[in-house]
Amino acid sequence: MFEILRKSLKTGIVTERYPQTPPQISPLARGRPEIDFGNWKDARPAAAVCPTGAIAYSDQGGERATTFDLGKCIFCGLCAEADPAIRVTNRCELAATRKTALQFSATYKLLPDGSHERLLSAPSPAPSSRVPRSPDPAVENLGRKIRRRATDIFGRSLHIREVDAGSCNGCEIEIVGLTGPVYDIERFGIHFVASPRHADMLLVTGPVTRNMELALRKTYDAMPAPRLVVAVGACGCSGGIFGTNYATRGGVDQVLPVDVYIPGCPPNPHALLHGILLAMGRRRLSLIPQSDNLII
Amino acid sequence: MNPSPDVASIAARVQAYFAGRVAAAHAAPPGEIHFDAPLALVAGFSGHLYKKWNARLVSVFADDVRAQTRAFHLYYVFALDALGVFCVLRAPVPGDKLEFPSLANAIPAVDWQEREIQDWFGLKLVGHPNPRRCALHDHWPDVHPLRKDFDLRAPLPPFSGESHKFREVEGEGVFQVPVGPVHAGVIEPGHFLFSVAGEPVLYLQLRLFYTHKATEKLFEAMPVTHGVRLAESISGDSSFAHATAFCHAIERAAGVEPPPRARALRAVCLELERVYNHIADIGAIATDVGFAVANMLAMRLKEKVLRTNEQLTGNRLLRGMARLGGVGLDWDAARTSALSSLLAELPPEFESLVDMIENSSSTQDRLQRTGILTPAVARDLGIVGIAGRASGFCHDLRGNFSGRLYERAPFRVPVYQAGDVKHRMQVRVDEVRQSFSIIRHFMDDLPEGAIRAEIGGLPADRTALGWVEGWRGEIFHWVRTAPGNRLARCKIKDPSLQNWPALSHAIPGNIIPDFPVINKSFNLSYSGNDR
Ligand code: SF4
Repeated sequence: MFEILRKSLKTGIVTERYPQTPPQISPLARGRPEIDFGNWKDARPAAAVCPTGAIAYSDQGGERATTFDLGKCIFCGLCAEADPAIRVTNRCELAATRKTALQFSATYKLLPDGSHERLLSAPSPAPSSRVPRSPDPAVENLGRKIRRRATDIFGRSLHIREVDAGSCNGCEIEIVGLTGPVYDIERFGIHFVASPRHADMLLVTGPVTRNMELALRKTYDAMPAPRLVVAVGACGCSGGIFGTNYATRGGVDQVLPVDVYIPGCPPNPHALLHGILLAMGRRRLSLIPQSDNLII
Repeated sequence: MNPSPDVASIAARVQAYFAGRVAAAHAAPPGEIHFDAPLALVAGFSGHLYKKWNARLVSVFADDVRAQTRAFHLYYVFALDALGVFCVLRAPVPGDKLEFPSLANAIPAVDWQEREIQDWFGLKLVGHPNPRRCALHDHWPDVHPLRKDFDLRAPLPPFSGESHKFREVEGEGVFQVPVGPVHAGVIEPGHFLFSVAGEPVLYLQLRLFYTHKATEKLFEAMPVTHGVRLAESISGDSSFAHATAFCHAIERAAGVEPPPRARALRAVCLELERVYNHIADIGAIATDVGFAVANMLAMRLKEKVLRTNEQLTGNRLLRGMARLGGVGLDWDAARTSALSSLLAELPPEFESLVDMIENSSSTQDRLQRTGILTPAVARDLGIVGIAGRASGFCHDLRGNFSGRLYERAPFRVPVYQAGDVKHRMQVRVDEVRQSFSIIRHFMDDLPEGAIRAEIGGLPADRTALGWVEGWRGEIFHWVRTAPGNRLARCKIKDPSLQNWPALSHAIPGNIIPDFPVINKSFNLSYSGNDR
């Protein structure tokens, strides 16, 4: 007993202060790949090595349409090895409230040798732009209201029911890590609960297997409204490397309405915290610079 | 140390015993002996190998080659542990008589694997004690997804038909308690049905395969380089082990050996995976008997390893590091010094975690004689890995099957007979200590040179077995290559598939509140099992 107390005192506090401090991630970590769309010469090598189809292209009538889908990316870094216009960063706070915010596309003029040149249309949304604005001020206003309402309802304390809808258990390793002393999710008033009836948020991993679909729906139905659904990891966002097949549905939003998508394979614990806080209305979207990222 | 087995003489002696009815096939990768035999001889062949050669049947699977030979092939992989040799028996199932005899009565260890073949290939099992569906749930339509004429992306109709009927357990005061597939904690899905009389459990029925996601079929639909990434997602906690087993199989099919530096880095990464998982499990076992402080310490230590992994390989679960022919990236001075500081800090902290648990008598009280798996049952079920070694199983592929990966590494297999939770924890403690010295051994004398060998074009229609002793137990990947650097079949055997049935034997007599800790002490992968 005293021995344990002594050890605890000696260890001190190991909990990180994230999000007050930036995520502690090694500069060597592989996070979001950035494509230099303006200088991209050929989509084919990267698309050939990309195991999930996150980088893809289609050629038609002298034009090439390229897409990069962060929701499918497993951050393997192979594209950057194959293509000098792609760089791997260690950025992990990538959660988004809309799937389309994770998808970037650009159109090029196709050259006879199969490469491409001249950007015909810029990637949207641009990787470094600020929070994407919706064109209609009324919609934007509504969005603000909803966010405030969400913060009122969920922003203080939140109960999460986690459901593994067929993951490889990689996401679970990081989610469990949130309850440890380093990330200590309870400091935000967030608890993982056993019963969906106590839960405000459904945190779902996996591509949603055929065998888990019913259990997932039932868990959702058992939750009191209002409720949030967060899709975790490449599989949760899009089916990931498993995609859609005879045994999988290809992502959480094929089955339930999703409020926040957290890319990653698996998402780093900071990325998970970021996404969960985003869903609670306690953080803004991630496409803005680190410094003004906080609204707590 | 490593006995160099005389493959040719083993093959000749087995052939002689069967007087020509078994053929030792052509060119096999080193350390593998391939035999061909008619289906009727499979039982006799297995019996001979078990009795005469002290073999273990480690994997049973099928392959649809109707397009080439109008037959299915069944494969039986035996480990001859003492000799460090695998015997692979191939038997054809003719396309006009789709059935095969079960070995489950003689070798209970193959129970689920045989049923999986029945479900996935539509080959009828003859003489199996419980031939019900296993890998495909009961209310699936009548499809056989691993047949070649089944389309990976085929949309299946919604569920209909009958749902699973569990066995009835009857008697005065007997209750059945269903649990899952969604569990109370943050863990993978599966269904457990407990039958209890008062507090003690009488009988436990398991129903898994909730996370089946067409993994084996997917391997057939992608180039082998992508397969490495898919292998990382077979069981996330064994990302590196599975990906390395896959690479091992491909390298053996191609006849390429990774350079010494790559082998050393592989071994170090495998040990890092072992260390973080074992530490996490030790903490989780403590937490399941109410000792949260120990778990917090364990989670802090695990986080240290994960962060070191991130520095070493760019990913906390070591993803991206496995690569065909070697490893993904080399370690410069900055990386190796991150590992050195981990090796300086972690061992004393780990010892204090072990002390904390050993000195807590209330914890020890809950672990001792809880969830006993007797050596006899473990042997019958073919239980491997940590769970096996706590119940008398004395093998570890890092020994005789090291595949030049663990050459000269300081290493001794910890074996206990008690088979309870405490000893499954003790195996982990022993192994973590050894992992520290194995990592030091490799890092002290890291070979210089290339980190990858070129695989080049993969020859078509070769078969090869790849393996790795993962932290949980032995992992096998078997491949048959196809033209264009692709695979015609990839069979994955996670130790979980072998070990899950052990739970049904370790639980009876214990109380339901002890189930979490017993389950945790096995810590089997649902995803690895279900694929
Ligand atoms: S890092 Fe992402 S985009 Fe690049 S190859 Fe890997 S999965 Fe594809």
